[in-house]
Amino acid sequence: MKLESKIPEGPLAEKWTKHKFNLKLVNPANKRKYDVIVVGTGLAGASAAASLGELGYNVKAFCFQDSPRRAHSIAAQGGINAAKNYQNDGDSVYRLFYDTIKGGDYRAREANVYRLAEVSVDIIDQCVAQGVPFAREYGGLLANRSFGGAQVSRTFYARGQTGQQLLLGAYSALNRQIANGKVKMYNRTEMLDVVVVDGKARGIITRDLITGKIEAHSAHAVLLCTGGYGNVFYLSTNAKGSNVTAAWRAHKKGAFFGNPCFTQIHPTCIPVSGTHQSKLTLMSESLRNDGRVWVPKKAMPGLKSQEAMKLPESERDYFLERKYPSFGNLVPRDVASRNAKQVCDEGRGVGSGLAVFLDFTDAIKRDGEDTIRAKYGNLFDMYAQITGENPYKGPMMIYPAVHYTMGGLWVDYNLMTTVPGLYALGEANFSDHGANRLGASALMQGLADGYFVIPYTIGDYLATIGWNDKVGTDHPAFKEAMDGVNERVTKLLNIKGKKTVDEFHRELGHAMWEYCGMARNEEGLKKAKKIIQDLKAEFWTNVNVLGGASELNQELEKAGRVADFIELGELMVDDALNRSESCGGHFREESQTPEGEAMRKDDEFTYAAAWEYKGDNQQEALHKEELKFENVKLTQRSYK
Amino acid sequence: MKITLKVWRQKDTNSKGAFKTYQHDHVSPDMSFLEMIDVLNEELTHKGEEPIAFDHDCREGICGMCSLYINGRPHGPLQTTTCQLHMRSFTDGQTITVEPWRASAFPVVKDLVVDRTAFDRIQQAGGYINVNTGGVPDANVIPIAKKIADEAFDAATCIGCGACVAACKNASAMLFVSAKVSQFALLPQGQVERKERAEKMVAQMDAEGFGSCTNTYACEAECPKGIKVTNIARMNREYFTAMLSSYQIETKGGGD
Amino acid sequence: MKWFLDLFSSSLGRKVLMALTGIFLILFLAVHLAGNLQLLKDDAGKSFNIYADFMGHNPLIQLVSKGNFAFILLHAIWGIMLTIKNRKARGPQGYANPNKSSVWASRNMGILGTLILIFLVIHLKDFYAQAHFGSLSTQVYEGKEVTDLYTQVAYWFNVEWYVSLYVICMAALGFHLWHGFASAFQTLGLNHMKYNPVINFVGKTFAVVVPIAFAIIPIFMYLGISF
Repeated sequence: MKLESKIPEGPLAEKWTKHKFNLKLVNPANKRKYDVIVVGTGLAGASAAASLGELGYNVKAFCFQDSPRRAHSIAAQGGINAAKNYQNDGDSVYRLFYDTIKGGDYRAREANVYRLAEVSVDIIDQCVAQGVPFAREYGGLLANRSFGGAQVSRTFYARGQTGQQLLLGAYSALNRQIANGKVKMYNRTEMLDVVVVDGKARGIITRDLITGKIEAHSAHAVLLCTGGYGNVFYLSTNAKGSNVTAAWRAHKKGAFFGNPCFTQIHPTCIPVSGTHQSKLTLMSESLRNDGRVWVPKKAMPGLKSQEAMKLPESERDYFLERKYPSFGNLVPRDVASRNAKQVCDEGRGVGSGLAVFLDFTDAIKRDGEDTIRAKYGNLFDMYAQITGENPYKGPMMIYPAVHYTMGGLWVDYNLMTTVPGLYALGEANFSDHGANRLGASALMQGLADGYFVIPYTIGDYLATIGWNDKVGTDHPAFKEAMDGVNERVTKLLNIKGKKTVDEFHRELGHAMWEYCGMARNEEGLKKAKKIIQDLKAEFWTNVNVLGGASELNQELEKAGRVADFIELGELMVDDALNRSESCGGHFREESQTPEGEAMRKDDEFTYAAAWEYKGDNQQEALHKEELKFENVKLTQRSYK
Repeated sequence: MKITLKVWRQKDTNSKGAFKTYQHDHVSPDMSFLEMIDVLNEELTHKGEEPIAFDHDCREGICGMCSLYINGRPHGPLQTTTCQLHMRSFTDGQTITVEPWRASAFPVVKDLVVDRTAFDRIQQAGGYINVNTGGVPDANVIPIAKKIADEAFDAATCIGCGACVAACKNASAMLFVSAKVSQFALLPQGQVERKERAEKMVAQMDAEGFGSCTNTYACEAECPKGIKVTNIARMNREYFTAMLSSYQIETKGGGD
Repeated sequence: MKWFLDLFSSSLGRKVLMALTGIFLILFLAVHLAGNLQLLKDDAGKSFNIYADFMGHNPLIQLVSKGNFAFILLHAIWGIMLTIKNRKARGPQGYANPNKSSVWASRNMGILGTLILIFLVIHLKDFYAQAHFGSLSTQVYEGKEVTDLYTQVAYWFNVEWYVSLYVICMAALGFHLWHGFASAFQTLGLNHMKYNPVINFVGKTFAVVVPIAFAIIPIFMYLGISF
């Protein structure tokens, strides 16, 4: 199968406009004859479901949480980028496009990224019209801030809860369509398979998480808006429920998986406190504006922040400032993360050994405690609450954590996967962030896909197939898929082994973090592949899932998800092995400059990797989508 | 730390529940309350006893899914969500009683899991501004005084966890409903449907079987996001003005 | 008219009735107290009896008084109905540990109100009913014959259990007002940063001063103190 990215011809700035004109339209009177399934109700899912409902399609939306409002988009803190240039500081669609392409280390499609920058301005208008309470200046107009090292102030925000406010905006639009009867909402319902008939996506199989009932839903198109797969690492900043199952099921039914190894690791998270740790908490990276990152020059195992206060300057190593004199503590996320790992690997980590100090002593001396409190008070409170330590009295401890996955289902310019009629939106797809995502761009992409891309592109597909090209749930393929899901549930419940689901998940996470985390090398990746394969075999013979199939069974839910994570883990390792260059969040130790910085190999790897599932325990097949850069010049990043 | 847990166990909505006591000897003060239950659940699984079902998701205090009623207080002794409550807030040897949210509008699904879809239905009754995607004015065409925007934000910060209902002796949902009514009553975008929204949301709230507000302010004391009862007063105003001056509206079913 | 019924059968509307009747009863308390304080005057009940006679025969006062009874009934019956409905909202299974994050009085308005209602029944039976339909003796002041309610009051205020009951019920009234005063404003939507401190101060002061002033009367009369 050949990958067709369907990038429109013509100059970059006109591609989307022309493409919109060339897309087929569905007659308004016919829209009600089309059914669309939306899985996931985060920013991408809720905005897509609402927008498609408004257009007149019959939408069925699904979420595994108890309410669509719980989706993990809600936890995004920082903000959302838009090329509004309200600050008159030289921003433009082109600049946002350029920053995003460059930030993604030249591993994203130009056309997609330009479109993203283009519709970013509409997103802000839409959200304000919905009543999203963005931060404002005294004059009543919208406030902006510079975020993640951007040279312009283009980030719109709602205190530290931008994701929450945007999601609640999309949720309100979704509710409006639910009330209008255009969207039927299925809460606490998990998608467990995609049904493909004659090469087209025709529906999904779900499990009602309260009754355990397995059900079939048919539609003309299926949208997966199911987020990222950071939880493959067990510990991440994702919600506990965030999972890859929907995307992975789709992958097994023919959707290629794009760049699975591209994960983003965020440097300023609260360190692990013990084996009981269930998730990691991120603190806004704005902390690095005033905090100085350091570890002792000599290894001092177990050093606590109180004792650290007494350590003389001469015995401290401010390693980011030392290595990157011009950017200092403000180097990009991946660089900061990698360096923290490096000093900890050298044995110079503090606290548990997996932490570095983030010290505000100088900032407090310089600006006073009140100023620091005004800037970071909520973050300091959060830190105090979780760790029980007072960050005003001693340095904070931080450590990197998995935060976002740039990889995802491969999609073309229309956001369609390699299975016709099956789309992937938001973090679930691989499209716009390349090998590394810029701060405040995740929210932008989720909403761009849902509000302003899919409503156009889906019409083209639906108009092409026609409303009578639909397969009912009485088709044998649905029955077969339901049997498959039922069989899997029964199998999980009948293994009755000795290990809990979480024990498997932790082992997987450990292997992934150790060998496919911040820095990767061939030896480690090969080791990880073996570990994961063994883990998979053991899982299916030794997992212990109690309870029944026809009831709320949270262990069963987790078991199904972890089983999929294990398989995904292996693919991530394969992808990381294949990509023997360093780019963005993916650092291959074999590919670095003499100074130890990441080194891309543009002549070999200027492509998106799209993996095709070939069957159980079979090596997946790699397809390459060559990335053409006609508007930007590829350069190596340098932060020295 | 060692603690004794008295946990409500209930097979499903229609079964009768009861407290079950667990001795938990492997508690670290650095564990969050939910992690403490995670560890207990793993121990239970190893013993062949079905783990305790409880709702949780983001574990960073924003999704609103966690919902435990701990020692007489929703989300426990601190004014946070349960996921942000750590075991250092308890003492060694303490007995901790864990119950689900109790309200007829929030039926127990299993153990500590309750059904909060009543909240969704209230939002569906009017918790939105009727705008379609696209065709909206430029964001800066609508200036909003900073103070108003901030106050609207304070109301909009509600996470819909239901602690207000759980804390209220009347199981009233007024704080939750008023937060949304307030947000839109304050913002210029919300003016067009202001009256209708208040009427519809209150009607749906009543249809769900929540109690009346008797101004005990337990909701405010327990709200993990610090939503103020001034919102309730504002909703009262909005509702009365609407009822006395608007057209008749119809209510939709659900609950009660 | 459906909208009107909807309004007052809604959870918010029900509360408005409580607030409006409550505020009226608060005003009534103030007036009633002013009259009662005359019991402490050292004039063998003259001013009190004249005042009582005036209140008993002025047509306007009589009209307001009928309204007052209606409001008391409405406030009480409505309150009981609300309490029952609110209890139901908790569901079939209550908490093992009820929440105590609010002021005690706020959580126990039903109990406090019931206490006050019981007191009212006794109070009305012994004083109001006696004055209006009973056969109390009369007194003549400046040529006008008026019912001698004072003697009746003085009689009961010399009975120990009666004085104790009176004082206990005034304590209940105090707690009831402690919550009720500001609460009525909140229910009516009158909550504003600028005026809340005033409402709260007046409310709390009223809740302390008025019941104490009421309670002082039987205590002083029992002890034989007058001014």
